[in-house]
Amino acid sequence: MSRSVLLVLLMVFSGTGGEMAITHGMKSVGEPEALRPRALAAFFGRALRSGWFWTGLPLVALSFYLLLVLLSWEPVSFVIPMSALGYVVGAFGGKYFLGEEVGPARWIGVALVCAGVALVATA
Amino acid sequence: MRAKTIAMVLAMIVFANTGDLILKRAMAAIGPVELSAAGLARAFIATLVHPSVWLGILALAGCMASYMTALSWADYSYVMPGGALGLVLLTLSAAVFLDEAVPLQRWAGVLLICAGVALVGQTRPSTTHGQPAGGEQ
Repeated sequence: MSRSVLLVLLMVFSGTGGEMAITHGMKSVGEPEALRPRALAAFFGRALRSGWFWTGLPLVALSFYLLLVLLSWEPVSFVIPMSALGYVVGAFGGKYFLGEEVGPARWIGVALVCAGVALVATA
Repeated sequence: MRAKTIAMVLAMIVFANTGDLILKRAMAAIGPVELSAAGLARAFIATLVHPSVWLGILALAGCMASYMTALSWADYSYVMPGGALGLVLLTLSAAVFLDEAVPLQRWAGVLLICAGVALVGQTRPSTTHGQPAGGEQ
């Protein structure tokens, strides 16, 4: 496997992992009581005190930096389609870590994304 | 199917693709990042001070804002095929504007990925309670 494909995997896992940590944090923080400035400020205050939020943020930042590194090596028409692997990791992560339901249509979509990524990776 | 939703999905695609193309050009100007502690640190500083990188980030923020707005007006299953179409347009613009050579096999892969992304969006999020506004069919 080329170093670019390995870096894509690292980018996708850190990005999706970070988003899942933030999702988990936001769900435990709860919804803002109202869409008024005061309620929103209180909501952001609660989110910023969540450990999950501070776990997720550096992971998302790392993922973005890895995207820049990849763009310095590879054509954008390789990097961005490959990043669709995030849907695959997200479907598994959502099911096993966040307890989300993933229906048959989504699994077929996930399989198609995998096949497409395999083609792009080996082109 | 409202015109403003379509306009917002198109804005999302334009922002995403513009951002990605700008970032690609910026990183091409910075040059291949070396995989060493010193190389990564040097590239990190170079990206922080490169104005195009910030322009690209701004475009991606615009993409996120229009994505959120589109999602507040329409279902995920309606917005996602737009994201899939964006991938085709990105590959096309990379070939046209950045002169990237796109081999046939990569095109085939991109099309499969698009079909997959469009299908991923067809599942209604299970956390949504009750019927989504607007209805389907």
